[in-house]
Amino acid sequence: MTQFSTDSQRRADVCVLGGGIVGLAVALGLQRNGLSVTILDEGDSALRASRGNFGLVWVQGKGDTLPEYAAISRLSAQLWANHAQQLKDATGIDVQLQQRGGLFLCLSEPELRERQAMLTRMRVAAGGDYPFETLDLQQLREFIPEAGPEVAGATWGPEDGHLNPLLYLRAMTEHFLQRGGKIDNSGKISRIEPTDSGFTLTSDAGQWHGDQVVLAAGLGNRDLAPQVGLSAPLVPNRGQVLICERVKPFLNYPTGHVRQTNEGTLQLGDSKEDVGFDPGTTTDVIAKIAHRASQMFPLLRDVRLIRAWGALRVMTPDGYPLYEASKQYPGAYLVTCHSGVTLGALHEGPIADWIASDRTELPLEVFNAKRFTL
Amino acid sequence: MNIPVYDLVIIGAGPAGMSAAATASSHGLKIVILDEQTAPGGQIYRSISNPAIADENILGADYYHGRSLLTAMRYANVDYLPGSIVWAVSPDLSISFSRAGKSSQIKAKKLLIATGAQERPVPFPGWTLPGVLTCGAAQILLKSSGLTPAAPLILAGSGPLLLLIAAQLNRAGVEIEAILDTTPKGRYLKSLRYLPAALRNLPLLIKGVGLLVELKRSGIRYVNNVSQLKALPGSNQLLSKLQYSVDNRIETSSCTTLLVHQGVVPNVQLTRALQLEHQWDELQQCWKPSLDSWGESSQAGIFVAGDSGGIAGARAAEYMGELTAQRIAQQLGKLNKESLLKQTAKAGRLLYQQQAIRPFLDAMYQPADEFLKPSDETLVCRCEEVTAGQIRGMVAQGCTGPNQTKAFSRAGMGPCQGRLCGLTVAQIIADERKVPVKDVGYYKIRSPIKPLTIGEIADLAE
Amino acid sequence: MPNALPFKRLTTNSTEWITVYIEGQPVKIRQGDSAAAAVLVAGLQPSRTTVVSGSGRAPYCMMGVCFECLLKIDGVENVQGCMTPACDGMQIVSQQQARQLNRTDFSDSDLSSANLSNKNLTDKKNEDPSV
Ligand SMILES: Cc1cc2nc3c(=O)[nH]c(=O)nc-3n(C[C@H](O)[C@H](O)[C@H](O)COP(=O)(O)OP(=O)(O)OC[C@H]3O[C@@H](n4cnc5c(N)ncnc54)[C@H](O)[C@@H]3O)c2cc1C
Ligand code: FES
Repeated sequence: MTQFSTDSQRRADVCVLGGGIVGLAVALGLQRNGLSVTILDEGDSALRASRGNFGLVWVQGKGDTLPEYAAISRLSAQLWANHAQQLKDATGIDVQLQQRGGLFLCLSEPELRERQAMLTRMRVAAGGDYPFETLDLQQLREFIPEAGPEVAGATWGPEDGHLNPLLYLRAMTEHFLQRGGKIDNSGKISRIEPTDSGFTLTSDAGQWHGDQVVLAAGLGNRDLAPQVGLSAPLVPNRGQVLICERVKPFLNYPTGHVRQTNEGTLQLGDSKEDVGFDPGTTTDVIAKIAHRASQMFPLLRDVRLIRAWGALRVMTPDGYPLYEASKQYPGAYLVTCHSGVTLGALHEGPIADWIASDRTELPLEVFNAKRFTL
Repeated sequence: MNIPVYDLVIIGAGPAGMSAAATASSHGLKIVILDEQTAPGGQIYRSISNPAIADENILGADYYHGRSLLTAMRYANVDYLPGSIVWAVSPDLSISFSRAGKSSQIKAKKLLIATGAQERPVPFPGWTLPGVLTCGAAQILLKSSGLTPAAPLILAGSGPLLLLIAAQLNRAGVEIEAILDTTPKGRYLKSLRYLPAALRNLPLLIKGVGLLVELKRSGIRYVNNVSQLKALPGSNQLLSKLQYSVDNRIETSSCTTLLVHQGVVPNVQLTRALQLEHQWDELQQCWKPSLDSWGESSQAGIFVAGDSGGIAGARAAEYMGELTAQRIAQQLGKLNKESLLKQTAKAGRLLYQQQAIRPFLDAMYQPADEFLKPSDETLVCRCEEVTAGQIRGMVAQGCTGPNQTKAFSRAGMGPCQGRLCGLTVAQIIADERKVPVKDVGYYKIRSPIKPLTIGEIADLAE
Repeated sequence: MPNALPFKRLTTNSTEWITVYIEGQPVKIRQGDSAAAAVLVAGLQPSRTTVVSGSGRAPYCMMGVCFECLLKIDGVENVQGCMTPACDGMQIVSQQQARQLNRTDFSDSDLSSANLSNKNLTDKKNEDPSV
């Protein structure tokens, strides 16, 4: 592991707090803008949504009450192919991005109708430009013949997709290091002090200095944001995910609750639980997830579950991201969201450009924390 | 759902679990023993209720000692559910287990984890070839099926079990090509300072010496100071040759079966999944749950006895099981503190005697570095086929612990759930980072701790 | 096909012997042997090929730890052989890489019942799945 000892080694144009997928994507984009970037992160057992997520690049249904969120999710999905290609060209790592559309299965007529109504509302809000289709069971089976008899139907989003989130994390790390970025994961940053020339960041392991600072520390942003005049009212929300043995490919499209990875592994997810900072797994939730998945695809009953995990989502009260520049301490930015995979291409692209130039065409005003206090 | 409640649920029917069951039942507790095997005995007394081999001299008296435990358990009033795979335990002590393809749940007032040990992973180039098995595997085949490995046969490694299985196979008339002892030079000297304490268990020391003498007399080629083990395949993907170094000479032997061994380590899968406190045992080079002298873990009501609480051997497990069961009975109000102390005095003494020899053995048989931190080309994760070199590369990229290397490489994500790579990966990372292994930590283990079908779990939700 | 040198049997206490089929060939084993032991008696090595590289493996620990003994037993893939007692007539073949799921065949009658069904979990409507 690299040790950073001298003061000059401990300086960067930008210090990004948090080496999860959000922090890394922003860091890569800042490097693209010619800045020197250092990522400060915690050690092995930190709470990490980046390692626990489901790997969906998902558009349908996102932003049903905030059209701007729907818009940036779609924009990111459109930027994704390029993002993935650049990572592959640079590192040789294929993040296994697949954007051939995705399905959301419903287990009852009313559920299907309600979902259809929601997507229709979103289509209206988007001025008619919002692609989706509603499928009955028979139509669904043309996509996935294995859908079970208890399934009422599904909604189909042609822009949805998925990827391998761990390879994504790895590819970004490699690319960041290739470009001369530094990662110091020797300790949790506990203090940020604005100085004349930027910010001094302190952890148990020492101090860093950055002209600018980006808070992308997931749930850690809660304590960090107030130190630079920002607020990040985040709450953890647990999701449990089940990972099954590898089987030969049978699921050609990702669905909201079940997907098959390139390796053949089946992932079943995910729950939404308010349990504080407990990332553990529980038998009753695992059983419910297994039950729902086997209703959707009865052939899953035979598949062996290999492991399960719980991960904590980074949630704001309304579930939408926070993108905000500090007015009080110019140079400090907050970037946090709960769909870091979907928004990865946006973070590497327009969001990083915004931080590098302090200008953007994105409607970022709606994503600041004032919305929770007004 | 009506979940049956037991005073005491014991997981594991080895010596610790069997003796605990017998002891606890004498206090009238309502007890159940769950074990994934189809018959009681654990690893050491495998198939003791129906031993395969006709000639009892082959396995020796120590094995048949297990019958006394079996008898005690049979006379005790306990529910015994063989073939039960425990896959989850919640902090409120509900236990989920799979039996004959169906999962059920029970609740415990007190839980005793007696899940024993597993053999330490012995990574070296070629250890995944068919034909390479652990010494423990060979012994299980002997005990439960009367099967002996195909020749030419070589045993390689270090530790008492290696010598024992060699002697047992020899008694069975199996021809052993060679025993390659990988105990590093200087270990005998290093362990000497623990010898005085070890003398408290003179009978066991004498037994050990006896094994060495027996093997010497047998005329089996015994090679000391062996290193750089490498198993080589033939044209058919099977083990065909073993290469090794002795006194800086490289030797090659043809070999159809290679039995390897580097000691055993606690099976921490369940105690980890319960997020009990663990500590690193420097002498034994492994993790074990932190326990008080009665075997109670960091979570009140959860006890650990036998090798899953720290390696001390079968007899120690038996005594520990007894002690723990008495303590549990006392906590449940079946006896007072005074009688607890009186009734456990003897088991306590015997346990102390058993434990006295451990530091000596542990110092002597600590695995050589090449098995703890194998060479770059060596596969460390057998399931996902990740090499030691890849792990080292990830440390260079900034991974500080096994959960990060897991995310980057999938090492530890396969069906064995990290059982065969967890220790190695942590050792490699510690070595590269030049920090103690205890600072590197271990995989986050979560339920289910054994694979089971989605259908089986789904039925629990009905 | 079994091609490795087999493990050999000592004189045992057994009175009961059963026949299992290893890659279709009958093999006599002792009642109480595991499926993994049967494979070693038959000399079926490798008894599986890995998912990642397709390399050959065989039982390694015999105590349920390593998962190298995965076999296809009576048509079910990825069964842990050392934890599975063999029984008379059992069909055992090697496990070739990843498992193939048996496809379900839904008849048309399923379709009509599906539209009527109004099963649980409907309270969890319209979750945004990817969060
Ligand atoms: C169950 C689940 C399923 C999901 N599925 C999807 C999906 O399908 N698609 C999708 O787009 N998104 C999904 N997500 C969300 C996605 O994983 C997150 O958006 C993303 O990981 C958030 O990234 P992050 O970097 O902000 O947070 P994290 O990944 O948690 O990273 C934060 C990092 O900051 C470090 N840190 C914290 N505090 C400090 C400090 N004081 N000093 C230094 N370092 C600090 C932490 O150690 C950590 O490394 C899912 C999340 C969950 C939990
Ligand atoms: S041989 Fe190791 S699990 Fe069966």
